[in-house]
Amino acid sequence: MPVRSSASLDAPQRRSEPAAGAVCSARGLSKRFGELVAVDEIDFDIELGESFGFLGPNGAGKTSTMRMIACMSPRTAGTLSVLGMDPDREGAAIRSRIGLVPQEDSLDLQLTVLDNLMVYGRYFDLPTKVIRERAERLLAFAQLTERAGDTVDPLSGGMKRRLTIARALVSEPDLLILDEPTTGLDPQARHLLWDRLYRLKRQGVTLVITTHYMDEAEQLCDRLVVMDKGRIAASGTPSALIDRYSSKEVLELRFLGEDAPRERLEGIGERVEVLPDRVLISTADGDRALDEVHRREVEPASWLVRRSSLEDVFLSLTGRTLVD
Amino acid sequence: MTTDLETWGIHYAQGARMPPSLRVLRYHFSTYLRTWRSSLTSSFLSPVLYLAAMGVGLGSLINHHVGTVGGVPYLSFVAPGLLAASAMQVAANDSMYPVMAAIKWIRTYYAMLATPLRVSDVLIGHFAWVTARLVLSAVAYLGVMAAFGTIHSPLAVLALPAAILTGLAFASTISAFSATQKNDQGFATVSRLGLIPLFLLSATFFPLHQLPGWMHPIAYATPLFHGVNLCRMFTTGQVDWGSAGWDLAYLGAVSVAGVLLCARFFTRRLVV
Repeated sequence: MPVRSSASLDAPQRRSEPAAGAVCSARGLSKRFGELVAVDEIDFDIELGESFGFLGPNGAGKTSTMRMIACMSPRTAGTLSVLGMDPDREGAAIRSRIGLVPQEDSLDLQLTVLDNLMVYGRYFDLPTKVIRERAERLLAFAQLTERAGDTVDPLSGGMKRRLTIARALVSEPDLLILDEPTTGLDPQARHLLWDRLYRLKRQGVTLVITTHYMDEAEQLCDRLVVMDKGRIAASGTPSALIDRYSSKEVLELRFLGEDAPRERLEGIGERVEVLPDRVLISTADGDRALDEVHRREVEPASWLVRRSSLEDVFLSLTGRTLVD
Repeated sequence: MTTDLETWGIHYAQGARMPPSLRVLRYHFSTYLRTWRSSLTSSFLSPVLYLAAMGVGLGSLINHHVGTVGGVPYLSFVAPGLLAASAMQVAANDSMYPVMAAIKWIRTYYAMLATPLRVSDVLIGHFAWVTARLVLSAVAYLGVMAAFGTIHSPLAVLALPAAILTGLAFASTISAFSATQKNDQGFATVSRLGLIPLFLLSATFFPLHQLPGWMHPIAYATPLFHGVNLCRMFTTGQVDWGSAGWDLAYLGAVSVAGVLLCARFFTRRLVV
């Protein structure tokens, strides 16, 4: 898996040539809606077979970026190459090799599960026989075989999401784009979906995933960029980002019904972050930090020592938490 | 900047099995298969009810007191008017809520545009589907009219394309309107202030000269009047070809203008 050092990607903005052989490559890519700058001159390269994440809060510009990669939305400025082609000139040809799982399901609720796949496969000009064969495999993959003849409307959110993924795979795309694949799903449905995405990854499908869930990015992405306000704030592998932007462990303290005693916690660990509902202390050794808290006779209602996560990275980059 | 996303016209990839717009038509047909029975039933039931009530009921009264209207029994006068008006209604029905649903509620158009299909394919497929619905409903209407004995000329076969063109004039303009709407509130206004007055005042039920003179230009300006005029000339066999030419040109112009507006508004709405 090609791994870049995050340092080289964070170097001051000197624009290199788009990477040859990348599945998707952007330089100075921008999207504006009137006055609003949704995507602000971003650069990235997505390599063949990798799983690449765009992580950020709502409104960071992730979906706009996805829609430009999926050739559904023309870029305002910059260069963009997808599967070696220019979306401005060869959008239909690119789209014939892309699978898109949009943020909002666009399934036909009146049609059956199977018919949704048949109809979508025909958009790609696939022969009925081919779609039927693939649909059988994809329904098994999405654990929907028993629901094949049911209309979509009454299916659960998780089932609809899995059907949307199956639908995006019916054309056997070279690049699968998933825009917030698990938003709004319960934990069980999420884990099932992650498992399915793992399988695709193992089969060598290039995945592009947007998410505002840190654990999802950590689970699924080989490399990712953290987006904030239309820009890329940092990029690298999940572990490299944690190494670079966060400590090894985090001690979380909760205080019930009282303000956190900020001044009495100062100097513990590498950084103390006071959030509305809790205090985060970044440290190499959470237990020692906790000992120090007790030694200073601070009495939190509860505490927790955990590995630091991408959420901590986001916090240290932007000073804000991700809002669900 | 002209982008591929906005490119217009029917396009084929080399060796394509089915033109893209036909794939869209095929989708509409798939959804229709789920409701075809009720749809087909109402296609026949509605002309039977209208012709029975308006023509036979009201018509016998009129024939008794007034005699013929425009040289034919009232039933033969009103039937082609209803044919054109039903084409308008069918076209409007398929161009308001279904278009809004495909843009906003079910997002079918976005699903299509994530595949090799383009806005032009989506639109051509939409109009192909509306045309298919118009053919079905007009054929049903003409069949029922024949059964009621209101077809007076072999030229009546021309009433079929006339009704379809009438429908397309409405389908194109109303679809363009729908693509500009944020929600479905405007549709009630279109029905109340547009379709219903047209239905009542476009010489559907009585000859134009019954209306006060100042209303004539308004009637002339509406597409339905021309559709009614065409259908009526063809089914009664009393054709004034000069007048028919004007009607055709008018309906054709409205349809073309509507399609151009659709191209503009659909692209603006769907490709952002």
